[in-house]
Amino acid sequence: MSGFRLDRGGIVDRTAPLDFSFDGQKLQGFSGDSLASALLANGVGLVGRSFKYHRPRGLFGAGAEEPNALVTLGTGDRTEPNIRATTVELTAQLRAVSQNRWPSLAFDVMGINNVLSDILAAGFYYKTFMWPAALWEKLYEPLIRRAAGLGKASNLPDPDRYEQANLFCDLLVIGSGPAGLNAALAAGRAGARVIVCEDDFIFGGRLLSEHYGIGKGTASQWLAACLAELAALPNVRMMARATVFGVYDGGSYGVVQRLVPEGVVPEAFHARQCLWRIVARQSLLASGAIERPLVFAGNDRPGVMLGSAVRTYLTRYGVVAGKSLVVHCSHDEGWTTAFDAHAAGIETCVVETRDSVHADLIAKARRLSVRVVLGARIIDTSGAQGLTRITIATDRYQEHIDCDAVAVSNGWNPTLHLTCHHNNKPVWDEQRACFVPQHLPQGMRIAGAVTGAFSLGEALAQGWRQGAAASEDCGFKAGAYEALSCSDDPQEGRPVWSVAGQGKAFIDLQHDVTSDDVALAHREGYRSVEHLKRYTTLGMGTDQGKTSNVTGLAVMAGLCGTSIPEVGTTVFRPPYTPIAIGALAGAHRDKYFRPTRLSAAHQWAADQGAVFVETGLWLRAQYFPKAGESHWRQTVDREVLAVRAGVGLCDVSTLGKIEVQGRDAAAFLDFVYCNLMSTLPVGRTRYGLMLREDGFVMDDGTVSRLGDQHYLISTTTAQAVMVMNHLDFCHQVHQPALDVRMVSVTERWTQLAIAGPQSRALLQRALGPSIDLSDEAVPYLACRELELAKGLAARLFRVSFSGELAYELAVPADYGDAVVRHLAQVGRDFGLTPYGTEAMGVMRIEKGHVAGNELNGTTTARDLGLEKMMSRKKDFIGRVMAQRPDLLAQDRPQLVGFRTVDPAARMTAGAHFLPLGQPAVIDHDQGYMTSVAYSPHCGSLIGLGLLQNGPQRIGERVRAYDALRGLDTVVEIVSPVFVDPKGERLHG
Amino acid sequence: MRYSLASLLLNAVSGQSRWSPAWRSPDPATHYDVVIVGGGGHGLATAHYLAKHHHVGRIAVLEKGYVGSGNVGRNTTIIRSNYLLPGNTAFYELSLKLWEGLEQDINFNAMVSQRGVLNLCHTDAQRDAYVRRGNAMRLNGVDAELLDADQVRAFVPFFNFDNARFPIKGGLLQKRGGTVRHDAVAWGYARAADRRGVDIIQHCEVTGLRIDKGKVTGVETTKGFIGAGKVALAGAGHSSRLAAMAGMRLPIESHVLQAFVSEALKPMIDTVVTFGAGHFYVSQSDKGGLVFGGDIDGYNSYAQRGNLPVVEDVMESAMALWPALGRVRLLRSWGGVMDMSMDGSPIIDKTPVGNLYLNAGWCYGGFKATPGSGYCFAHLIANDQPHPVADRLLLDRFSRGALIDEKGVGAQPNLH
Amino acid sequence: MRLPCPYCGERDSREFTYRGDAGLVRPDTEEAMADYVYLRDNPLGWHKEYWLHTVCRTWLVVERHTQTHAPGAVTAARSRRAGS
Repeated sequence: MSGFRLDRGGIVDRTAPLDFSFDGQKLQGFSGDSLASALLANGVGLVGRSFKYHRPRGLFGAGAEEPNALVTLGTGDRTEPNIRATTVELTAQLRAVSQNRWPSLAFDVMGINNVLSDILAAGFYYKTFMWPAALWEKLYEPLIRRAAGLGKASNLPDPDRYEQANLFCDLLVIGSGPAGLNAALAAGRAGARVIVCEDDFIFGGRLLSEHYGIGKGTASQWLAACLAELAALPNVRMMARATVFGVYDGGSYGVVQRLVPEGVVPEAFHARQCLWRIVARQSLLASGAIERPLVFAGNDRPGVMLGSAVRTYLTRYGVVAGKSLVVHCSHDEGWTTAFDAHAAGIETCVVETRDSVHADLIAKARRLSVRVVLGARIIDTSGAQGLTRITIATDRYQEHIDCDAVAVSNGWNPTLHLTCHHNNKPVWDEQRACFVPQHLPQGMRIAGAVTGAFSLGEALAQGWRQGAAASEDCGFKAGAYEALSCSDDPQEGRPVWSVAGQGKAFIDLQHDVTSDDVALAHREGYRSVEHLKRYTTLGMGTDQGKTSNVTGLAVMAGLCGTSIPEVGTTVFRPPYTPIAIGALAGAHRDKYFRPTRLSAAHQWAADQGAVFVETGLWLRAQYFPKAGESHWRQTVDREVLAVRAGVGLCDVSTLGKIEVQGRDAAAFLDFVYCNLMSTLPVGRTRYGLMLREDGFVMDDGTVSRLGDQHYLISTTTAQAVMVMNHLDFCHQVHQPALDVRMVSVTERWTQLAIAGPQSRALLQRALGPSIDLSDEAVPYLACRELELAKGLAARLFRVSFSGELAYELAVPADYGDAVVRHLAQVGRDFGLTPYGTEAMGVMRIEKGHVAGNELNGTTTARDLGLEKMMSRKKDFIGRVMAQRPDLLAQDRPQLVGFRTVDPAARMTAGAHFLPLGQPAVIDHDQGYMTSVAYSPHCGSLIGLGLLQNGPQRIGERVRAYDALRGLDTVVEIVSPVFVDPKGERLHG
Repeated sequence: MRYSLASLLLNAVSGQSRWSPAWRSPDPATHYDVVIVGGGGHGLATAHYLAKHHHVGRIAVLEKGYVGSGNVGRNTTIIRSNYLLPGNTAFYELSLKLWEGLEQDINFNAMVSQRGVLNLCHTDAQRDAYVRRGNAMRLNGVDAELLDADQVRAFVPFFNFDNARFPIKGGLLQKRGGTVRHDAVAWGYARAADRRGVDIIQHCEVTGLRIDKGKVTGVETTKGFIGAGKVALAGAGHSSRLAAMAGMRLPIESHVLQAFVSEALKPMIDTVVTFGAGHFYVSQSDKGGLVFGGDIDGYNSYAQRGNLPVVEDVMESAMALWPALGRVRLLRSWGGVMDMSMDGSPIIDKTPVGNLYLNAGWCYGGFKATPGSGYCFAHLIANDQPHPVADRLLLDRFSRGALIDEKGVGAQPNLH
Repeated sequence: MRLPCPYCGERDSREFTYRGDAGLVRPDTEEAMADYVYLRDNPLGWHKEYWLHTVCRTWLVVERHTQTHAPGAVTAARSRRAGS
């Protein structure tokens, strides 16, 4: 192939040259070029190597259907492999390199596969590499993996930004060819909100590639006028470089828009691509059609191209595919290509498979002196790395023809991919010899070539009518269609699916699937379309079989002696063309993967040098290291001891808080908690346990009765959202008659735990003498509403997670920062120690309080020693299921405490308990350690765990077996309460 | 024709002309001793092991579409046995052992590739849970290793370690886990079962069960009535519909799970990795495509397709874990219909109807179970007794309270 | 997928949380509880199901087709008459 640029023609700007490179070679194109057209204009014929046999390949198409011309753009962390040169807009300094070859495109060592191709037929892998078995993973598979794959990704973090955004419209028009634009015009004029999405970087679709006349002028004049009018309509939004990749439910469409051309670095802080989620009341698919190739021996040689692509390069870009062109066709479309090429001054010959064609075509060819061979097929091609000669055959003779380009035309396949995204199958239209859409996704219409109507006049008429009908469905009055005369002639053809010949005839160019491979699949019984695809990999490449699927089906149908639809229909799935994962993820990466929730006291904690830890979406202070502390354990030990000896402050704002109010609030809480809440006096707080309906523990927390009909409940940080949903469910679904209302107030309040023997004194000083904090006024488990200053409401709870005298003070979040700083200021005199989640965790283990590791969704109240909390006086969620026989079994693991027998030994969470002297096998598994901490109070490691018959085995010894860490420690079973078992400190 | 070096060479020189169909396409007989409903991985594996290890007479597999048209050809091809709970660990380990010898057993290269499965953890509590699980595996004789953050980094240095919202703190590695070429599993079992005389009948949909005096006697199909001594249901995704034909309701909801593949790339990652702070798992196929998935869509569906929110969720997790994926392009997405059971674990059991057997509830983990499921289901059908490693996968566990709830989320299928 | 909330209009499914079969009614008898918690019709076709619109905090009963995903009638769960 030796393409070149004509002096005139096309819509490229010859006054705006652009420098670019391919495989290091410096080349020049023009503004308006695609990378492919610029390569062709520079005479670059060889652009890639095929997947399996590494055969040399050239440009085949001019758009999204391209199977061969895959290149890598960019360098370093902006490397982007497998980009179709045909859809890349040429930009200054674009750097493209070829791929899947070594050491160079012209000389590729892996071309050896081509020699071995007699062995490497379809399905080869499934039959071999089994002897000896061990060599598969050691030798064969690594070799296959190295050879496979197309381009090479950088594997470096993508440096660019992406966005996600929403759009709503009445009519989404997909495609900006004649049908799409006319639809947009009809709907736009009617006043509907219209969005037009075009995959290409300019609007116009097929109009850009043809010399049609429309009405009294040319197609390009019509296009210019139409685009000008649409641009002026405020209710029409035109989006180029926008690929509608998927059709989802309820009129939702996924669209990726390239905000800069591929290979271009966006400006600082600008996004490279945007995922648009478009919700459209109606959509119109006007995606056109893709030309079908002819399959013949040697049809993969660079220089063989789709006829429509030859015309696109010629008309749109002013580039001819070769100096000497043979058009090989079964369809009138090929003749158009021949006449256009001839008009551009290229030596052209038509090799037509049909024995007769319309007399007008013959007459025109004769008039132009274009040579025509009827009833002929190409049976071979030659040329080292590009086409130089073909061999044609008719019933009577064979002949060699020297040429450097072959344009193939075998009819059209409607681009109906998006119509299949709801699993609707297209149907075979015998007359038009193509699949056409039948059932469409809800709200979708089709117009133009995608319907199987391939003439311009039909496209314009259907576009208008469907656009008008869609607008009317949305309540707009659209104008009637005024027919425009169009110059294109009706076209016909008779597809030929496979031409017999010597040598390989490729159906899927990217994956090297030949007609022989299809025959082999047939022989081995892989005959249904999905078997064919999966066994031969037909259509599984990056081009998703846009030029190969239907042909493969047709060849299989021929072998089976059945019709094409009997073999099956291919159903296309999203995305329509490959889309960048980055675009779908938008800004959700790195630190912004998920939102970060911060408490109002966060900045204060940060000022104290806190180390933070991710707790769900929250960041919580984990511990507060001081100068000189070299290990987190030092810090945590200090914090624990300070709380137990003096006073500490911990931000507990992340716990869920739900207000429950109403006449039936008490009855409602009785229903959702397993223990009684209606008996709770006003001004008191109670520990509560919620079960799931299946009887397992869902969550725990406190319930405070602030008024007769007013409760405030707390949940764990992790389950806050779940519990809120559950409570709403229990109310609205199970007990809608109850007069109760609930609202989550988690973020409204900053809640601070002040714990330790000095906590009362500190609080008294901080809150002032007007508030009575005496044990009589605020006893253990009391709750109070306070006014700290005029208009500053607060809530005080005498609750303790640490087991010390402790309070939790809640203030509106707006005051959280001020109050925590005030407490810290006052606390200086008391040696107040801020402590984090680690110290809190140590102290709760010391007290045997259960937390997330024990409330793991598979434990019952009985397992946790909380059986007595389950009231027998009422019904509650989970009551019945908690009584199932296996949940009451004696040998279910139950909560106990553990200490190492050897003080120096290690003990770890996740270890399993085994009886002493028994082998470490699953039959002896008796439970597992849930939580372990070093207790500075006990001076040793302490643990909580679930052990078969645990509470009956206090004093016994078992092995804590952690094979992953190589530990096997003898531990003693003890009470789960390690500090102050009588709870005297609580009452301080 | 048996696959061997000799048959390969013979075909290489004869233009691949000597091969015969991988399995026959017989018309159904009027009666079989065992009819297996569902020609997916589990149904075909059941047929293979029944024919190979048990003497049960004539066997047929009925498939409403083409062989392998269900979830065996729609998954992310991962195999592993890294389970926590009794009832699961030993079962999945049996399955993994069968994978290890599969190719020699069925004379078909299904590309079993033990490239390791690494579960990442991002919190201390998650690590504790992984340790518990890893130790349960070790007690079951299954391989498991705990990696710290540095060891994970050495393993997969291109992940986000330094700027992550949820930093990687370590991982649980099962080296014997890996991937298998999924379609080949269906084809290989079909071919092997066919060679042992099993009739595989494609495009034959079961429309009803004929039940006489509390015993099943055959199946109504789109190809007419087929009598059966025993009927074994293995129609994952549609188990509830099959059970309804026998008047049963199951502890199952059908949900859609989407899966994804990227364009083919030169090797980027050599192992299977699951993200622990979002829903994402990924491996790279021998062909070069990154194969990945995430959470189920979360609503009852038989549609074999999903929606955009989960697509975005998966891609967000992908980018959070592996920021180089931004410029990798998604090639194709698809959906499979899952039997989501009420505790997240499967069912292999007899039913209240005589001679009717059920294999269901595989959630999104059915592929890795294929050989074990077939092996144990065959055992149950032949002996009327559960295989010892599957003796907890029973229907009555829900009423007894013997749940096998690995995730601890209870009777809500879309959370498993 | 888009679901119509009777209070807020049609909204994207990401505003909702799913909770399964809405044909189930919490039983009064202990014997019926296990079936209620565990057994499902799981139909292919129209399915009544619970969805929480997390924006307005309303639990809805949505009729939706499990093959086409198309929504049908939608009501607030709390407005159902007992037993329906």
